[in-house]
Amino acid sequence: MSTLLEIQGLHVEIPLSAGILKAVRNVSFSVVRGKTHALVGESGCGKSLTALAIMNLLPQSAIRCCERLSFDGQDLASTNERHMADIRGNKIAMIFQEPMTSLNPCYTIGNQMQEALLRHRRVTRKEALDRAVFLLEKVGITAAESRLKQYPHQLSGGLRQRVMIAMGLMCGPPLIIADEPTTALDVTIQAQILSLLKGLQQEFDMGMILITHDLGIVARVADRVSVMYCGQVVETGDVTQIFENPLHPYTQGLMDCIPIPGKTQRGEHLGSIPGIVPTPIGDMTGCTFRNRCPFVSKACAESDVALQEISAGRAYQCLLSPEVCAQNLRGGVAV
Amino acid sequence: MIEQAIGEIKEIEFPSPGQILRQRTLSHKGFMIGAIVLILILAVALLAPVLSPHDPYHQELSKRMINPIWHSDGTWEHPLGTDNLGRDYLSRLMYGARISLLIGVSSMVISGIIGIFLGVIAGYFGGRVDMFVSFLITTRLSMPVVLVALAVVALIGGSLNVIIWVLGLLIWDRFAVVMRSSTQQLRSIDYVNAAKAIGCSTTRILLTEVIPNILNSLIVIATLEIAHAILLEAALSFLGMGVQPPLPSWGLMICEGKEFMLFSPWIITIPGVVLSLLILSINLMGDGIRDITAPESRS
Repeated sequence: MSTLLEIQGLHVEIPLSAGILKAVRNVSFSVVRGKTHALVGESGCGKSLTALAIMNLLPQSAIRCCERLSFDGQDLASTNERHMADIRGNKIAMIFQEPMTSLNPCYTIGNQMQEALLRHRRVTRKEALDRAVFLLEKVGITAAESRLKQYPHQLSGGLRQRVMIAMGLMCGPPLIIADEPTTALDVTIQAQILSLLKGLQQEFDMGMILITHDLGIVARVADRVSVMYCGQVVETGDVTQIFENPLHPYTQGLMDCIPIPGKTQRGEHLGSIPGIVPTPIGDMTGCTFRNRCPFVSKACAESDVALQEISAGRAYQCLLSPEVCAQNLRGGVAV
Repeated sequence: MIEQAIGEIKEIEFPSPGQILRQRTLSHKGFMIGAIVLILILAVALLAPVLSPHDPYHQELSKRMINPIWHSDGTWEHPLGTDNLGRDYLSRLMYGARISLLIGVSSMVISGIIGIFLGVIAGYFGGRVDMFVSFLITTRLSMPVVLVALAVVALIGGSLNVIIWVLGLLIWDRFAVVMRSSTQQLRSIDYVNAAKAIGCSTTRILLTEVIPNILNSLIVIATLEIAHAILLEAALSFLGMGVQPPLPSWGLMICEGKEFMLFSPWIITIPGVVLSLLILSINLMGDGIRDITAPESRS
């Protein structure tokens, strides 16, 4: 159980004409080898920016600062661009959301797959292609050899995502970042891809950061979860803790949105969280969720709410005590 | 039944990219016409020393202004007649094709290198680089090409090399504008991000991810710019500031013939027709390439 990636106090700020957009605020988590850490949250809550910040691939205008960003004993916060380029694809691989646009239409699958390996290792083209065939078979693609000569437009979405996964594994990276790997796929293919990712992760003993907005995926794949809201981690814990005993009102609201087979009656309304996510521009004091929270009190607006740790690796960001939170859950979330 | 049906399905084979390309090319009439005319002109230009019946520079004043073959007094010795110095018109026309094509292609290459470089870096990096390149493009667009070319040629004297460089350094604007906007669209696309995420350098991303994906518009502009350069050369030569006599440029031939056009209209018509044919064939090919490589953008 060695810690692979450790992030502490990560901030990403984007200067806009209206003020500074604090896209990611004080995000901390760590990834252990062989385990999956899920970042959950709705669109625009800073999940993808967090991933890009790790890779130092943020848009030019964005500013990253963090207290600690260490990967495999190396300090990534202060490393130079040249060294970072050596790490990308080699030690940390990334799988993108859109399999339709993540592959370059101008090159064959084989050509694109060998690229990372040729960039980072001293191998011949032949060896790189052998590795590509091996991995394509691993991700369940039949007739792998002939696929190498095909162009992306000749493959279906599911196949392309498998190719993307195989491509990410080319250098045998210890850490893989999957940015909504199944959002663009239909449900049956989603399930296949997820179990594939899980299996490969265990086989190659990789750490994985899984970015998603789908709690069903989190429950299936993740070991640890950080729930993000408006650029902050509002609750973190093991996947069983989060699902069985969600503490933060936002997490509770999210859980309430999921239909439970056998329990949710036909015609019954599913839960929803009223209001919209505030735009984190300018000075933000108080809890960012207070406008939408059913348990809001006066104190919520007055001071910043800190992430309070209740046991090792279990923390939530709310003024209410864990007992009260748990009671709120049992009493049903007032909507 | 079912087995039969499955058997039939298995036999369907998708055409390879090469086959699709061949089929689209052959069925595109405009492209084929343009290609045939252009290949003819190209062949004549390359084989001019073999094909031309006379030396294009050889003057014979006793044989000046002979009419072409379709006149009653035309002879097969000079099928397209002779000019006011008694030089064989057909031979001059053949050698003129060399000059036009040479200037067209060389100027396109020079302007292409400048325009692609500026356009791609402006589109990819954005920000200050983009502002600077956009400023260069506006500056360039505010200068009338012919006027600037005339001034430069008047200052340093006209020769083939000077014309090629002057045109090459002037007509890169369309390359830059189109490359800039295409690159802007590609800059944030996922496979460019994916290339960054596997540790590719910026140069590599520009050369292997960006440029191959804008190649089809690049080819179209390149053909149009060849035509553009050829026309400009003809215009400059006509104004006496382009290719200098006795080199047989088509623009120059029109210029030299204009005094005689009242009584021998063919003397300016022939180079004019050939010039339009060349431009037409290049443009037809350019349009054809656009339709063939990007059929979805056909209007």
